[in-house]
Amino acid sequence: MAVTNRMAFNVIASSVMASFVLTKRHLILRSFLIPLTLLLSFSTTILAAVLPAERADAMYHRYDGGGMVIDGPSILLRKNIAEKYSIAANYYVDSVSSASIDVQTSGASEYAEERKESSLDFTYLEDKSLINIGYTTSKENDYEANSFRIDFSQDFFGDMSTLSMGFSQGNDDITQTDNDSFAEKLERRHYRVGLAQILTRNLMANINYESIIDEGYLQNPYRFILVNNGSAYDIEAERYPNTRNSDAVSLKLSYHLPWPAAVKSRFGYFTDSWGIKSQSIEIDYSQKINNRLMVDLRIRQYQQGNADFYANAFDVDSALQTFVGRDKELSEYSSFSVGVGASYEWTFKQRIDKASVNIQLDYMVFDYDNFNEVTSETTASFGIGNEPLYSFNAYALRLFFSLWY
Amino acid sequence: MKKIITVLFILQLLALSACSVKPWVKPYHRAKLANEVMQYDRDPVSDGYIHHVRQARESARGAEGAGGGGCGCN
Amino acid sequence: MKKIKHLVISILLAAVSLYSFAETDIIPAPDFTLKSNNGSNIRLAEQQGNVVMLNFWASWCSPCRQEMPHLNDLSEKFSPLGFQLMGVNVDEDPLAAERAINDLQVAFPVLFDADSRIADLFSVDAMPTTIIIDKDGNIRHWHRGYQAGYEDSYAEQVAQLIRE
Repeated sequence: MAVTNRMAFNVIASSVMASFVLTKRHLILRSFLIPLTLLLSFSTTILAAVLPAERADAMYHRYDGGGMVIDGPSILLRKNIAEKYSIAANYYVDSVSSASIDVQTSGASEYAEERKESSLDFTYLEDKSLINIGYTTSKENDYEANSFRIDFSQDFFGDMSTLSMGFSQGNDDITQTDNDSFAEKLERRHYRVGLAQILTRNLMANINYESIIDEGYLQNPYRFILVNNGSAYDIEAERYPNTRNSDAVSLKLSYHLPWPAAVKSRFGYFTDSWGIKSQSIEIDYSQKINNRLMVDLRIRQYQQGNADFYANAFDVDSALQTFVGRDKELSEYSSFSVGVGASYEWTFKQRIDKASVNIQLDYMVFDYDNFNEVTSETTASFGIGNEPLYSFNAYALRLFFSLWY
Repeated sequence: MKKIITVLFILQLLALSACSVKPWVKPYHRAKLANEVMQYDRDPVSDGYIHHVRQARESARGAEGAGGGGCGCN
Repeated sequence: MKKIKHLVISILLAAVSLYSFAETDIIPAPDFTLKSNNGSNIRLAEQQGNVVMLNFWASWCSPCRQEMPHLNDLSEKFSPLGFQLMGVNVDEDPLAAERAINDLQVAFPVLFDADSRIADLFSVDAMPTTIIIDKDGNIRHWHRGYQAGYEDSYAEQVAQLIRE
C-alpha cells in the first residue's frame, strides 16, 4: 500500500513540477498559432483556481431527536495573504444530553458530555494548482481524534475541468469513563479523488470517489448485544472486526435555471467490507429572490442494508459467531429529510464587503427495518422478540452570521 | 490505489489527446456557473455541520466532494 | 515501468510547451468600436499613437475584481505619458456591469461587450485577459488570468512600449 501511494504522488508531483517549470506569465501567444495549443493544456493557456474568499462565520447549531439534544457553536475565521496563501481556523463544540434508545435499552440514566473540536487549514495557490494541508483535533472525555489532511486540485482544459486528490490520516485514542485500564487505538486513512467538469453554460457535474481504511478499535465500549435465551435477554459485549474498508462514490449535478435559481442533485453510493451497502439521493433548489435574499429547499432520501454481523437480537447459537454487533447505525434502515433555508445579505464598500444572516433547518425521519425499540416496558408489553421496530424524528438547525472582508 | 493511478494517467492522456476538442464553454460565458446559487457548499460551517450530522447516524461516509467548477477564472 | 512512462510523458509535455513559447510574430490588433460608460462610442484604431491596454473582465470574476485597483493605479501613473487603459466588460447583464464599475470605482473607460462579440474577435480564452498594444496598433503582450504581481510586469511592459 505504501509503495503505490508513493508512486502515485511521484506521478502527480512530476507532472505538476513539469507544469510549474513551464508556467510563464509574460506570454505573447495567439490562440490561432498552435496545433500545439491543446498540448499546452497543463501550462499557461489554462490558469488556475482562486483562493477561498476571506470570511468569518459564527454559527449556533442544534440537533434534537431520538432522545438526544446536541447544540453548540461553530466559529470560522479565514484570512488570505498576498493573494497566494489562505489560513482558516475553526472551533466547534457539541454539548450532548442523551437519553437515546441505546441509553434506554441499557436502563442507564441520561448522560451529558461535551466534545470540542479545533481545526487549522493552510492553502497555497500557484497558477493552476491549489494545495491545502489541515489538522483537526477533537476531544471528549473518552475519545480523542487527531487527523491530518492534504488536498490538491488542478484546473485544466480551459478551466473546464478540475481534478482533485486528497489523503487524510486519523489517529484516535479511545478510553472509557469509570474504567482506567481501558485504552484502545484506531487508525483511519482516507484516499479521495474527484473531477469537476463544466458541461454547458448552465450545467456542471462533479464525480467523487473516496476509499477509507480503518484499523483498530471500531466498536463502542458502552454498547452490548442482546441474546434472546428464550425467556429473557442476556447481555454480552460486542465483537467487531478490527478493520473496515469502504468505498464511496458520488455524482453531483448543478443546473442553472432560466431565472436566478439552480437545481442541484447528489447521488451517493457506498459499500464496505462489513457487507453494508447504501444509496442516497438529494435534490436542492436555491433561488435569489432579489439582491439581498436567497432561499433554499431540499429533500433527501437515504437507505442502507445491514452489516453482516449485525442483529437486533441474537439467539444462543448465533451469538457465538465471530463478530456480533447491535449498533442501529449498522442496521437496515431508511431516512427521509426535508430542509429549508434563507440567507439575507448586505453589501458595503468599506473594509467589510458583505454580511449575511442565515437560517437552515432540516427535518429528518428515520425508519429502522431490523432494529427494535427494546426497553423493559416494550418487552413486557409486546413480549420478548416482538418489540416494535424503532423509528424517530429529528431536526437539525443552523443559525449563523457571516462576514466577508 | 492502482485504480487512482490509472484514472490520473487516463486524464493526462485525455488532456494530451484533446487536440481535436477545444473548451466549448468560453471563459466569458461562465457567469451562471459562477453564481452562488450553483454552489453546493457555499457556507462551509453550515455544510460541514450537516455532513457531520449525517455521518454520525449513517454507515455511509466519504465522497462528500471537494470543490471545483466556480467561475473558471484565472 | 509505469512510473517511468508517466515521467517521460510529463517531460514531453513540458518540452512541447516550452517550444511553443519561442518567437512569435507581431500582429496588428483587430479593429472594433464599442459603446463606453462615458456614453460615447470608442474605436480602437483611433487610439493609435498611444500605448493601449485592453482588459477583458466581468463582475462575477473574482480575480478580475482583485486586479482592478492595480489597473486603476496603472492608468493614473501612465496616462499622462501616452497610455490608454480600457476595460472591456463582458457581463450579459448591463446592471451587473454598472454596479461593478461603481463598487470597484473603475477610473478608466469601460467598454460594454455584452454579447461578447469582441471577446470572440480576440479569441479570449481566460478571464481576465489583458492585452497590451503598441503605438502602431500591434499586439505585443498577452496576459491570461491574474496572479499577485502581474501588475509589476504590466508596468514594465507599458513603460518599455511608451519609450519605443
